[in-house]
Amino acid sequence: MISRPVPQTATLDANEAVATVAYRLSELFAIYPITPSSPMGEWVDEWSAQGRKNLWNHVPEVIEMQSEGGAAGALHGALNAGALASSFTASQGLLLMIPNLYKIAGELHPFVLHVTARSLATHALSIFCDHGDVMACRQTGSAMLCANSVQEALDFSAIAHAATLRTRVPFIHFFDGFRTSHEVQKINLLSDDDLRALLPQGAIEAFRQKALTPDRPSIRGTAQNPDVFFQAREGANKFYDAVPGVVQELFDSFAVRTGRAYKLYDYEGAPDADRVVVVMGSGAETVAETSAWLNAKGEKTGVLKVRLYRPLDANALLAALPKTVRKISVLDRTKEPGAIGEPLFLDVAAALYESDRVGKVELVGGRYGLGSKEFTPAMAKAVYDDLATASPKKRFTVGINDDVTKLSLPYDEKFDLETDDTRRAMFFGLGADGTVGANKNSIKIIGEGTDLNAQGFFVYDSKKSGAMTISHLRFGPKPIRAPYLIANADFVAVHHFPFVERMEVLAQARPGATLLLNVATPADKVWDRLPSEVQARIIDLKLKVYSIDAYTVARAAGMGGQINTIMQTCFFALSGVLKRDEAIAAIKYAIKKTYGKKGDAVVAKNNAAVDAALAAMHEVAVPAAVTARFSRPPVVAKSAPEFVQRVTSMMLANRGDELPVSAFPVDGTWPTATTKWEKRNIALEIPTWDPALCIQCNKCVMVCPHAAIRCAAFPDADKASAPETFKSTKLKSAAAPNYQYSIQVAPEDCTGCTLCHKVCPAKDKTDLKRKALMMAPIEPLLAKERENFDFFLQLPPAPAALLEDTVKGTQFREPLIEFSGACTGCGETPYLKLLTQLYGDRLLVANATGCSSIYGGNLPTTPYTTNRDGRGPAWSNSLFEDNAEYGLGIRAGVDQLAVQSQQLLKELAPQLPAEIVNGITAADQLTDAGIATARGHVAALKKLLPALASDERAKRLLELADYLVKKSVWIIGGDGWAYDIGFGGLDHVLASGRKVNILVLDTEVYSNTGGQRSKSTPLGAVAKFSAAGKDTDKKDLAQMAAHYGHVYVARVALGAKDSQTVQAFIEAEKHPGPSLIIAYSHCIAHGYGLSAGLDQQKLAVDTGYWPLFRHDPERAAKNLPVDIMDSGAPKQPLSAYTKNELRYQVLFKANPERAANLADQAQKAVDKRVASYQQLAANAAAPKPAAPAAPATEVKPNN
Amino acid sequence: MNLTTKYLGLELKSPLMPGASPLAMRLDNIRKLEDAGASAIVMHSLFAEQIEGNAVAVSRHIERWQDNFAEATSFFPQGQDYLLGPDEYLDRLTAIKAATNLPVIASLNGTHLGSWTDYARLMEKAGADAIELNTYFFATRRDESSAEIEDRVLEIARTVRASVQIPIAMKLSPFFTSPVHLVAELETVGVNGVVLFNRIFQPEIDIETFDVVPRLGLSSPEDLRLRLRALALLRDQVKLSLACSGGVHSAAEVVKALLAGADAVQVVAALLRDGPDTLGNILTELKLWMDKFEYTSVSEMRGALSLRNCPDPEAYERGNYLRSLQLWRE
Repeated sequence: MISRPVPQTATLDANEAVATVAYRLSELFAIYPITPSSPMGEWVDEWSAQGRKNLWNHVPEVIEMQSEGGAAGALHGALNAGALASSFTASQGLLLMIPNLYKIAGELHPFVLHVTARSLATHALSIFCDHGDVMACRQTGSAMLCANSVQEALDFSAIAHAATLRTRVPFIHFFDGFRTSHEVQKINLLSDDDLRALLPQGAIEAFRQKALTPDRPSIRGTAQNPDVFFQAREGANKFYDAVPGVVQELFDSFAVRTGRAYKLYDYEGAPDADRVVVVMGSGAETVAETSAWLNAKGEKTGVLKVRLYRPLDANALLAALPKTVRKISVLDRTKEPGAIGEPLFLDVAAALYESDRVGKVELVGGRYGLGSKEFTPAMAKAVYDDLATASPKKRFTVGINDDVTKLSLPYDEKFDLETDDTRRAMFFGLGADGTVGANKNSIKIIGEGTDLNAQGFFVYDSKKSGAMTISHLRFGPKPIRAPYLIANADFVAVHHFPFVERMEVLAQARPGATLLLNVATPADKVWDRLPSEVQARIIDLKLKVYSIDAYTVARAAGMGGQINTIMQTCFFALSGVLKRDEAIAAIKYAIKKTYGKKGDAVVAKNNAAVDAALAAMHEVAVPAAVTARFSRPPVVAKSAPEFVQRVTSMMLANRGDELPVSAFPVDGTWPTATTKWEKRNIALEIPTWDPALCIQCNKCVMVCPHAAIRCAAFPDADKASAPETFKSTKLKSAAAPNYQYSIQVAPEDCTGCTLCHKVCPAKDKTDLKRKALMMAPIEPLLAKERENFDFFLQLPPAPAALLEDTVKGTQFREPLIEFSGACTGCGETPYLKLLTQLYGDRLLVANATGCSSIYGGNLPTTPYTTNRDGRGPAWSNSLFEDNAEYGLGIRAGVDQLAVQSQQLLKELAPQLPAEIVNGITAADQLTDAGIATARGHVAALKKLLPALASDERAKRLLELADYLVKKSVWIIGGDGWAYDIGFGGLDHVLASGRKVNILVLDTEVYSNTGGQRSKSTPLGAVAKFSAAGKDTDKKDLAQMAAHYGHVYVARVALGAKDSQTVQAFIEAEKHPGPSLIIAYSHCIAHGYGLSAGLDQQKLAVDTGYWPLFRHDPERAAKNLPVDIMDSGAPKQPLSAYTKNELRYQVLFKANPERAANLADQAQKAVDKRVASYQQLAANAAAPKPAAPAAPATEVKPNN
Repeated sequence: MNLTTKYLGLELKSPLMPGASPLAMRLDNIRKLEDAGASAIVMHSLFAEQIEGNAVAVSRHIERWQDNFAEATSFFPQGQDYLLGPDEYLDRLTAIKAATNLPVIASLNGTHLGSWTDYARLMEKAGADAIELNTYFFATRRDESSAEIEDRVLEIARTVRASVQIPIAMKLSPFFTSPVHLVAELETVGVNGVVLFNRIFQPEIDIETFDVVPRLGLSSPEDLRLRLRALALLRDQVKLSLACSGGVHSAAEVVKALLAGADAVQVVAALLRDGPDTLGNILTELKLWMDKFEYTSVSEMRGALSLRNCPDPEAYERGNYLRSLQLWRE
């Protein structure tokens, strides 16, 4: 008898769990970050950097590639070379791997790709879960194994690695993105021996024998002709035939060892079920729970969980179904528009068709859970219920209200099957307040410190600043399945009080639940602060309410503003998951474990905070009736457009799930200008302006990342109608006498980043710390400033005479990106704001996926907006990898229409007033004035054209007339796109000579996915995938582009020299060929407070790290040097810059030797870079015969 | 020629050692210094602010951004403990101990009693041969008396003395009203030596930007004179070890410091500027000088021009002042 080893348990998410197995069973990883799979790559990279060994006592290598396509190529190569390779990906990343998946399968390489299943971008991007990506791989020849839970993801990763070695068929092991990949669960771990026991004898040796080597030469990748290709392709059949048997054998031996038994197609439910649901992924758990509940009520239902999806063993699948089954509903988490049914449905249909059950079983199929739409027991029950009807829907959706094609099944939102033995807690936290971290810690304390099971899932909102996090925690004596959000919470904690005023935080509270509020109000006054709806709900549900002023307690306990320990303590004390004393002891034990190394003082401080929290938490007396005379303010202002009222406001109120299909645009085209309706009120302090001190430089407006501080120049007369506290002063400009100047903050949109205050150069002569802009607490200012800002928005635009091409002049123009969800103090958005101020009314943006596409295009609200005339940026995101090409296509498309409109104008000219025709053709559209003139004439033209309607050409010109006014096409993205995944396209577009402008917002890491290294990451900096500090220098994209000769290139850093930035944006647009601006963008991934972002930009330039440079081919014609260095010789060593950023400094702590070495190299690299730019500028300044020829001034498509 | 000296009870092969500086952050420097003839290694300082402040920086700029956004649940590699605090210093100390046979003097810098003084014990445990305590402090408040400041220095010395067995040196600021008295007091609480002196960060005002910028340039030989007088005054009045620190750029300054009474001489600026090998050159020149003036041992030199031994003690006292003024007049 085999004695079963005692399993070790841990609380992990699936990403970490899977990584532990993949790491031990691989020799090499080629990876590329993509949500939600990135953490797996990060884990293996860190373990590799730490020198952790795999099962063969060897440290696997981790190579970060430039794209998933590159990763797949590297994996294919490594496999051919005979190394056990593995990787992790999702969504579009998986799609980029498809060509190589065919190759790897075709060559029968053992290989496992772990995939966090994620939606594919269609009408919109979604980072969330469905099976669209993996379903796009079912034809590649990869075996596909699906895990439904965190435990299964761990187990199946081991099975997949073993199975691929035995069968030689590559495996895609997949599990649901976020829902499983990011769910924290208490699971049983797999020991090295567990893994070893699974590995087939001799398989690795056999694999090595297949390696390409000149010692036993062979050739792969031949080209085969019609005579043999077909037969050779069929040769692999028996390998696929063997897979199901092998996987089941592995499952069986795994079961003997671990006690966890799996079948290829696992049936769960009544042995005599008449209705069965067939499903894959986490949803199967929900269906299983629901089926059990229904069966307990006397129904006969079951669920068939498909684990091995490819190769599909139809016999095994059918054999797993009870003979009694009369009706089957197949649920697919993907959509194939135009197909008879979704893939799993079709597979089951084909299997049934070929069996003796054909005609005896009714089969229907439906879609659920696209883009992580919740899939709850209520929805699963709706599927069973519909199946029980006489004529179940043949094709359906569940989980939404499809009021257009009526496909959706109705479900009872109130249905819930959670039992009283699980404790369920929900936490509403403010991003960056440590709520999620503390909850993860609580799960560990309970999961690893007691016999209880624990589950945690975390929902984040779409904004990067002032975001809300909602944590869903379950604890209980029985294993927790429930892969859906909590609907009936025993405990609700609101860690940020304004949420109570903004949304229904008690929607999920069950009767008798406990509510904990963090609020800076004494307990006896808390009730009075609650809006009437909240009071009513508390009374109706008989909630017990507690409050604590956690920020005050935290400060008093010396914890700064960190409230996590305090709120965690309150949770433990109130939730009843553990006995109170036990709970406090557990939390103190955890503190000792976490901080013990830092010394007794730190432990004591945290323990004191725990005690202080208990003392400061008080019960709030709940009266018998509602006493509040106020209710929650409306989600959006009444003046908002209809769409915003009907759709956006629902999403803002966290009620987007309630919107029906008909509410939405069918093609992903949404109205712009919606952030203005979302008043987020996240700043604790806002700037106040002293007109007397102000020197009217407009620098504050220039640097504001959220367009929340603005300037105006308006006629003196308009002052009369200003609100009482609205401030203005005489405009200092000879060009506009009798004008007022004003600086105004948008108080509800400001994020309190302080950059405006930091940049303000106007100081009080007698008290030099006082500036014209000072930060002040928002509370007493809010109401008045709101009124002032409303007035400000009514003011007329600044007179044209002020709109010079300078920092000051550009800032008088209206910003057409505002109030984005970018981080507080973001270094990217000021550049975008400047861009929209200069060209927003004629701007088309192609935006690579990344931070700028998320704060630029993530719903519910988007920041690109319109001017008074209704014009504004037209913005679009295609993919991550194709953005340069996408933008080029936009340019070419626009040019097609422009050329046609010009041609038509020419043809119709004889019938039109010469003044209008000439006015359009002669307008200098390189200037704002020229654009305005052209627009004026085009407007007149459009009035005249209907009169010529008998001429077909006039009709066409009327359609196209607006293209007579120049459009500005900008291709925008981060360094991950420009330096890595999109570089090939970017290079091609630069080479094309077409008039596109490329703006690279260079944060030197993949910021949006959490700081992974790119080729822009500097030498010596720590980043993910460079945990030991990057040991190669940053790629010099500027010089590479400048080498083309015809490309306008600029390196800018707004915080160092804003005038150069403005100049570069203007020159770039004027340049007739392609332009490239590389903009230094400080980022939270650099590890310092972004209020110092501008200082760091200055240091980057002053140390020579970031030379300011322009390469302007146009200057050659004027006999001016084309290469200009706009920054002087370094004034300080590089360390003056790097010492302020943790991305450099953590290495000095982790590995001082290496840090010092890299710092030396980095200084040398900087010296070299500065010298090379100086040399370029010096060469350019020297007289020489002729500069490289610029391409034709206007590149036209071929007609 | 006998270059040996006794400093903090340690028998050293010469009086010459690197002072506390970033040099010790790199092991190859340590080896170079040893090869060049350094008699001990003084490590860079571990600052109280580092111990207590690093946690704050990491929490503010790394941990704060964790679990904030679905796509980026962190921005720095996970699984690494960034809250390294003093551990990395102790690791460094262990590594240096392993890399060299020289005595290693760890350096701890703080102004008020606090948790940081615990690290003296950890330094001892990690193998430090002695501890240099730097209590750099500049009084800024009107309610702070000079006596309080001296008491605080003594209190720190007492606390650390109570927690470690190894020798302690106090590195002092030159701005004590009665340095000899303070040093004598330090001797009574069990301090084994003093290092003269700290270099002081002095603010600079940028009249273009209106910024106040802290400045600390490298020392110059000019800085030595402040040290020479203190050494000469102390040599005969206290028994503890005296080290000269600041202004030593060549053998000439070493000679002067020894003649005034130093047991050990620390070099920093010259090594930072010209590399660790410079220490060897200074040592060679020192030997040449000793040869020229027929000194056979460092102990013969030590204090040969102390206050007591100086043919003209006035030079160290008030007379020097008068004479200097006279010089200018002429």
